[in-house]
Amino acid sequence: MDGLLPELDVIRKDFPILQRTLADGHPLVYLDSANTSQKPQVVIDAMVDHLERHNANVARAMHQLGAESTAGFEGGRTKVAAFLNAPSRDEVVFTKNATEAINLVANTLAWAKGPLAVGEGDEVLITEMEHHSNIVPWQLLTERTGATLRWFGVTDDGRLDTSNIDELITERTKVVALTWVSNMLGTVNPVAEIARRAHEVGAIVLVDGAQAVPQMPVDVQAAGVDFLVFTGHKVTGPTGIGVLWGRSSLLEQLPPFLGGGEMIATVSMERSTYAGIPRRFEAGTPPIVEAVGLGAAVDYLSALGMEHVRAHEEAITAYALEGLASIRNLRVLGPLDASLRGGAISFEIDGIHPHDVSQVLDSRGIAVRAGHHCAKPAHKRFGVQSSTRMSSYLYTTPAEIDALVEGLEYTKKYFKVD
Amino acid sequence: MDLDALYQEIILDHYKNPHHRGLRDPYEAEVHHVNPTCGDEVTLRVHLSGEGPDAVVEDVSYDAEGCSISQAATSVMTDLVIGKPLSEAMSVHEQFLSLMQGRGTVDPDEDVLEDAVAFAGVAKFPARVKCALLSWMAWKDATSQVVAHAKPEEAS
Repeated sequence: MDGLLPELDVIRKDFPILQRTLADGHPLVYLDSANTSQKPQVVIDAMVDHLERHNANVARAMHQLGAESTAGFEGGRTKVAAFLNAPSRDEVVFTKNATEAINLVANTLAWAKGPLAVGEGDEVLITEMEHHSNIVPWQLLTERTGATLRWFGVTDDGRLDTSNIDELITERTKVVALTWVSNMLGTVNPVAEIARRAHEVGAIVLVDGAQAVPQMPVDVQAAGVDFLVFTGHKVTGPTGIGVLWGRSSLLEQLPPFLGGGEMIATVSMERSTYAGIPRRFEAGTPPIVEAVGLGAAVDYLSALGMEHVRAHEEAITAYALEGLASIRNLRVLGPLDASLRGGAISFEIDGIHPHDVSQVLDSRGIAVRAGHHCAKPAHKRFGVQSSTRMSSYLYTTPAEIDALVEGLEYTKKYFKVD
Repeated sequence: MDLDALYQEIILDHYKNPHHRGLRDPYEAEVHHVNPTCGDEVTLRVHLSGEGPDAVVEDVSYDAEGCSISQAATSVMTDLVIGKPLSEAMSVHEQFLSLMQGRGTVDPDEDVLEDAVAFAGVAKFPARVKCALLSWMAWKDATSQVVAHAKPEEAS
């Protein structure tokens, strides 16, 4: 099969969990990487080494361990900046997860004074295919400020409907927030084109990269966006850390988000002054060992080459779409062309609820996700309440896709549907 | 992993041919419950007659969407509670609840739970217990709303 990562067997050995067997001796077939990715040994080792040998608080501890810990933590920031081709490492803000990163921007825009402030008469534009984490913060922002929330629709074949873009992006548009790759439909959106249109009217553009950053080369300068968020645990890194990348010219205009230690310049009882970026947005002790792990994770991905990871995903996704198409009365939600989509494929099978599908698959060691995948509006758009989702990653093999297809045929037999 | 313990024939039968489905009049309370993690939902109406110790569950009607476990549990529940004195229906509810929360250690009483004994296996799958309880919780909620409104001092 063309496009697969070379020496896939060797790569799989980097991920200890992939050697696991589950109940009844079934080998793990992990097809839930859009939910969270598995971790290579090098990430686990980097975190263990930090905890065993270098642990101390960062920035404020003046001793040797403090310096080592700070170097590890800030090293993570440098690596993430390079991974995204960010012009400056100060543009990388560490958060708890991608959700917090979006909330950081949405909240500080509500509190901002001056040109960035969002208020009555302004519009925030999102899309119908967003994860709840890129819907709810903007609902809160617009409800609190009196601004109006609008959204792009989705076409029948699961692409972003840009046919009414001239009515949606207007001089009233203040913020455009959209996902790069849909976590449910798999759709890859034309973010550079949307950003160009948004910038023509002076709007700022935030991109949810939670599914894109793990799967494809992401260059924030080439994309031309203003903010990009992603989460550590979907890029083979740990949970507990997310990233907000923002243009320094914009980050510098935003007021603080959370108040506390590390985000100040000086504090008196009456008032405080604030640190520069990125520390202004990093109140309290940050996720230190998580930053070390995230740094190791993006180094691991860079060593594989993100263009090769993308080619692998595309090859596996094409093979999976072909396999799923062979199953009668199975409907894939989203684009059917692998070159237009990411590695998450949601589908439904007539007569069997997604929960029951995933339960039977689980009994064979196959891990998928069932439910609304935190994208209820996108499900509603396709007239379904929930779906089953398989999601591959750089360690997924064609044999695992075969196991899924066999498992789905078995599931249909088990529930006696045709 | 014993799938057949989870998917008993009785459960699959109720899933394919649910009893008492549809929303009907008359009713005194209607509730809408969802399982936020999976999106399963049920709209459920309760019609009681009589008050206090004389209260009887005259009808439970519903419109539901969800997995085989949640749909079958709803169907079995309506079989168990419709026509029963409310106090007796409540005690069936409690027995079903303790069966579901027993992690497979509770021996169900078939005389009381009837078809619902088929759900004993569900208790061994913690992720599915909520599915089996969704409509029971909706029924309890709707019923307590009816009872609360029936009290003259709280009537509005």
